[in-house]
Amino acid sequence: MKKLLLYVFIAFNFSSISFAIIEIDITEGNREPIPLAISEFFHDNNSEIIDKKITENIRTVISDDLKRSGLFSTIDDKAFIQNNRAMHLKPRFADWRLIKAQGLLTGELSIEDDRLRVEFRLWDTFAEKEIEGLVLITTIDNWRRISHMIADKIYERLTGEEGYFDTRIVYVAEEGPKNKRIKKLAIMDQDGANHKFLTSGKELVLTPRFNPVRQEITYLSYFKNLPRVYLLNIQTGIQEVVGDFPGMTFAPRFSPDGGKIIMSLAREGNSDLYVMDLTTRIVERLTDSPAIDTSPSYSPDGKKITFNSDRGGSQQIYVMDSNGRNQKRISKEGGNYATPVWSPRGDLIAFTKFFQGQYFIGVMRTDGSGERLLTENWYQEAPSWSSNGRVLIFYRETKANDAGDGHSSSIWSIDLTGFNEREIITPVDASDPSWSKLIQ
Amino acid sequence: MVSTFQNYTRYLVIVLFALFLAACETVPKESATSTTSSSTTTAAVEILDGVYVGSDTIEMLAVDVPDRIFFAYDSYSLTIAAQNTLEKQAKWLKANGSATIAIEGHADERGTREYNLALGDRRANAAKDYLMTQGISSSRVTTISFGKERPVSSGSNKKAWAQNRRAVTVRTN
Repeated sequence: MKKLLLYVFIAFNFSSISFAIIEIDITEGNREPIPLAISEFFHDNNSEIIDKKITENIRTVISDDLKRSGLFSTIDDKAFIQNNRAMHLKPRFADWRLIKAQGLLTGELSIEDDRLRVEFRLWDTFAEKEIEGLVLITTIDNWRRISHMIADKIYERLTGEEGYFDTRIVYVAEEGPKNKRIKKLAIMDQDGANHKFLTSGKELVLTPRFNPVRQEITYLSYFKNLPRVYLLNIQTGIQEVVGDFPGMTFAPRFSPDGGKIIMSLAREGNSDLYVMDLTTRIVERLTDSPAIDTSPSYSPDGKKITFNSDRGGSQQIYVMDSNGRNQKRISKEGGNYATPVWSPRGDLIAFTKFFQGQYFIGVMRTDGSGERLLTENWYQEAPSWSSNGRVLIFYRETKANDAGDGHSSSIWSIDLTGFNEREIITPVDASDPSWSKLIQ
Repeated sequence: MVSTFQNYTRYLVIVLFALFLAACETVPKESATSTTSSSTTTAAVEILDGVYVGSDTIEMLAVDVPDRIFFAYDSYSLTIAAQNTLEKQAKWLKANGSATIAIEGHADERGTREYNLALGDRRANAAKDYLMTQGISSSRVTTISFGKERPVSSGSNKKAWAQNRRAVTVRTN
């Protein structure tokens, strides 16, 4: 991972922001997407270093990010009436209103000291004013991240929520027949670009999760047929086993500060929860029940832990203090529950539920009330939150026929509202997705 | 003579009619009807109280020593048949004092990955514990859970699931 050298500063004054007309309340359910005009970014002809492709690609990446959010649509540039450099300084708002654009993005590119300078402005065509504007400077090959950052800025300005486009997904890439599946860790940008395999497939690997603050992943590996929790540094590629445990460790997840790993340890047929401090290497046992305790996840303030247990006779969701005290069940509707994951906003827990032979991804409040099921399918599990807590990704499997064919596995995303369900395209089958925070 | 001939014709007619019916049933909705009906018939024979009792997937550690036992859905209790198999394994281990084994615990594809890892561990240890009650030293037995990662049958039906809910004993030396 190349270190990004980036200078960001606010380039323009935009007074009286509160008069902006295009603003979206994304807590609403299904709604018409806001139409935006995303224009091509202009540049001087003498900036030969700027590949024509880059200017077009920047626009495509921004448009695709915004469209995938389900909140915006983009207007075909064939409909554009004004299409010249002047519009970056002063758009003819009436022209843009005529083609139903509520927002207009304009921009300019240039090269300064071998660095790419990208300047953009977002205009409210009804209020007739600029509502966002930035200059970003970076190395030329970083144009893709710059595009995601611009999309994040637009999303943030129009929804009032932090964007989630400058993020990555780590997952398990799957190949081969079901009974001889080869699994590798893989990483990609949230839009599927920059795809890369992180392990060779020689060892079975499962359930990767991002460190929320460092370029690091924790996951389960069957290296030497000893299933243990591992750490992988994404930048150096160095892998190390976490701790020295007398049995299988699994279901790892980082604490919100990235300094600890919480996980299950299986000993003599019983799985309990443990936490290990990655600096001091001190291990603490958190649960001690004869049942299965697994799939732990911290609240964003680090004070609570939600987990999965069958101690009451069936798989349900529990919450406890982070020192293991006050364990109590929160799931209360019918059915079985698994894989609870605390929202980065703190107010919800996402989960997998199985009920009458179907699998659901849903959310509930942290006391178990207000359960909402977002999607139902033959098999799906393992939700992971977007950094802003507005979107969930998970994986879904198709049923095999009796000959064992027809099985596949893929990653999907869905809005917290239950709308905008989409498949995230991967080069091979995919499972166990984990979504990063915004890249620092 | 006449009556035999009549019987014969009637028999032939019935056979032909049956063949006709069979053809009607299988040709139009091939995978849907025919496979479900055949798997339910076999399921009735090969699955008892949710536990696989057939022998399709079983391999032998030695003559008359099956390598695996089967479980009901989300269960790790040992059926009588499982106990019988483990007793045979214990006898074989006693007769082969230097043999060491690994017991691999597995789950079917239904249920979340992490829970199934714990369930596979439970199943492997249930088998190990039973071998210990038969006088086998725990130092000769290791366990490993594969959760739902290594199914033996790739279908998504009751029989495949029952065959996959298993603990398999593998010789390690």
